[in-house]
Amino acid sequence: MAETKRTKPIYLDNHATTPVDPRVIELMVPYFGEKFGNPHSSSHYYGWETAEAIEIAREQVAEMIGANADEIFFTSGATEANNTAIKGVARFYAEHRNHIVTCVTEHMCVLDSAFQLEKEGFNVTYLHVDADGLLDLDELRDAITDQTILVSIMTVQNEIGTIQPMFEIGAICRERKVFLHTDAAQAIGKIPVDVKEMKIDLLSLTAHKIYGPMGIGAIYVGKKPRVRLVPMFNGGGQEKGLRSGTLPPALCVGLGHALKIAREEMKGEAIRLKSQRDRIWQSLVRELSGLHLNGSFDQRVPGNLNISVDGSDAESLIAVLPDLAISSGSACTSASEESSHVLKAIGLCNELAEASIRIGLGRFNTDEEVGFATGRLIEAITEVRNGGRSIAAAG
Amino acid sequence: MVHAYLDYNATAPIWPQVTAATADAMNACGNPSSVHASGRNARRLVEDAREKVAELVNTKPSQIIFTSSGTEANNMALSQVQDGLAIVSAIEHLSVLKVHEASKLVQVNPNGVIELDHLQSLLKECPQGSIISIMLANNETGVIQPVKEVSAMARDWGLLVHCDAIQATGKIDVDWGDLGIDMMSLSAHKLGGPQGIGALVLDEGLEFRPLLRGGGQELSRRAGTENVAGIVGFGVAAELAYRNRSQMDQTGRLREKLEKNLRSVVSDINIYGSSVERLPNTSCVSMPDVEAERQVMVLDLKGVMVSAGSACSSGKVTTSHVLAAMGCDHAQASTSIRVSLGWQSSEEEVDFFLTEWCELFFRTRNVDKLKATAA
Repeated sequence: MAETKRTKPIYLDNHATTPVDPRVIELMVPYFGEKFGNPHSSSHYYGWETAEAIEIAREQVAEMIGANADEIFFTSGATEANNTAIKGVARFYAEHRNHIVTCVTEHMCVLDSAFQLEKEGFNVTYLHVDADGLLDLDELRDAITDQTILVSIMTVQNEIGTIQPMFEIGAICRERKVFLHTDAAQAIGKIPVDVKEMKIDLLSLTAHKIYGPMGIGAIYVGKKPRVRLVPMFNGGGQEKGLRSGTLPPALCVGLGHALKIAREEMKGEAIRLKSQRDRIWQSLVRELSGLHLNGSFDQRVPGNLNISVDGSDAESLIAVLPDLAISSGSACTSASEESSHVLKAIGLCNELAEASIRIGLGRFNTDEEVGFATGRLIEAITEVRNGGRSIAAAG
Repeated sequence: MVHAYLDYNATAPIWPQVTAATADAMNACGNPSSVHASGRNARRLVEDAREKVAELVNTKPSQIIFTSSGTEANNMALSQVQDGLAIVSAIEHLSVLKVHEASKLVQVNPNGVIELDHLQSLLKECPQGSIISIMLANNETGVIQPVKEVSAMARDWGLLVHCDAIQATGKIDVDWGDLGIDMMSLSAHKLGGPQGIGALVLDEGLEFRPLLRGGGQELSRRAGTENVAGIVGFGVAAELAYRNRSQMDQTGRLREKLEKNLRSVVSDINIYGSSVERLPNTSCVSMPDVEAERQVMVLDLKGVMVSAGSACSSGKVTTSHVLAAMGCDHAQASTSIRVSLGWQSSEEEVDFFLTEWCELFFRTRNVDKLKATAA
């Protein structure tokens, strides 16, 4: 099977971004063409046409997470949603309380928002995680004070795929009457998420991790209990004043349809991705020693593998694997030289953190691709261990 | 003729080349921050587009920061106020006006041009760390503002100047170097690009405080995975707008015809800002005694699409703050509609508009006459 002619590398970086599903593109393209109206133009057909499409998309987002459509607000992506949720809620309630709780393994846009709030005078508690990347519920209970406004915990970690116990976290937050925000960018479409059952007050999601387009996401802002926040963007008052700016109908339609497909296909897809992932891991450990799976074995999102390789480093491995598109951690910080804050948080030493690769399987990876990739990983690790390292060092 | 789309200032029809390029970009997968081949391909698409946008406004690509909209770009710019105040014109877009509740408003004259004397007096009172924001062309009237003069005045006081060039770009030549400003907002969907993508142009030495924080995208000025397909669409639209910029002369002639015909029907018709420099595509015009809401509704039923002011106010029909700032009373302002043309507008569409506008005008007038006779 290795003889198959490949013109492009096999894409195994579905945590960074996913290919857009052709079914999604098909529905979007008319809105990049003849259906171009400004959805806020209330005086003519072109505006109504796109406004209606946006409301259908809003319903689709709501259905995916068990919310009502009037609790969904479109954003440009998860970064904007996370910034809005954390800074917006903290600033709104700042007169009465001044504390927020988050976790050391959060995405940089959550952590950076928290750092910004600290500069503005808020207190922030950063919860620790264990070797699996799971937080300690008792530590969470202890962290919440009568000054706490908000707890922000991601549903699924983007590097190691760890799934946090959101039911339990939600119950604790609701009982202590603090708002719970979750960055669910990596969870939606992979595992079931229901904001009512999990008692989540704010949720961020993005389209480009679930086979939708880049540049669009959404924030869920619960009504029971009612959450209020200071908007990030002021202006025309779109999205009920919560997020000004002309909405992009094509992107909203893309997000809605991507979620609709995900809802219908998630179950089967999860089973397939988990079995493909397990097959890679089992083959690797059968053939090679000195491999470490980072993150939890069982509380892990299907399709994620994060492996540290003894006697190797990620840079060298990626260099000898031009035929596979894999990453050494989060794409957002790929360009930075620092090793992952997530791997350090689960207790990895620098050497193992720098020897970690992330494989993200997705909807369009075939069994044949997975088989080929496994073979290439084994070859590459062996090659690097047998001296590739010195080549990299010389380079 | 079935339709006349004359609402380009709300959003412009998308160029077919943009549609094609955007769809192609969506088919090519990759996060531009990823280091592998897919990521590098996405990065190349983004950087090519950045060059095209830079060329349109005559600036360096490294000065362009992509955003999700013009509104975001305006909010980013206005949030650079440190300790000081925002001094903005009374006719700015709401995404400038609403960022700071305590903004000082620069008055405009009855033609819709800002009063530089008034700006001068505001400058005297404002503290260091203040920022001035003046749009290059107004979205409702098309009236062009003396931004160059504003930036010269601001320099004397050491203040930052932001310019919302969203409506001007693609309709008149916009030259960053000539304007002498520190920040400038752009939006793709006003020039035939996709919705959901804009840009903020920044002066090279500017110390910038980001609004969205997180990953280090856009030189750490704007976190968030780039909207690659949108950026590609913006690039193509910028290139087309640049290449076809002489086409605006034709648009200007259509506007001239439109206004000349309206004047021949109503000799004292109020066309806002028509005696000063305006964008060649925009006509803000009052139909005596007919509510704007009724005008757009009746015209829409006939297939003529125009608007009663800005599209952004989400369905609410309130008196335009722009026309109010120009000294219009409610009766005048509430009978005004905006007609805006663009790259695809034809003479047939203008004629179609004129026919329907005149029909409504005369019908209303005759009904009024009948009523008067009956009384």
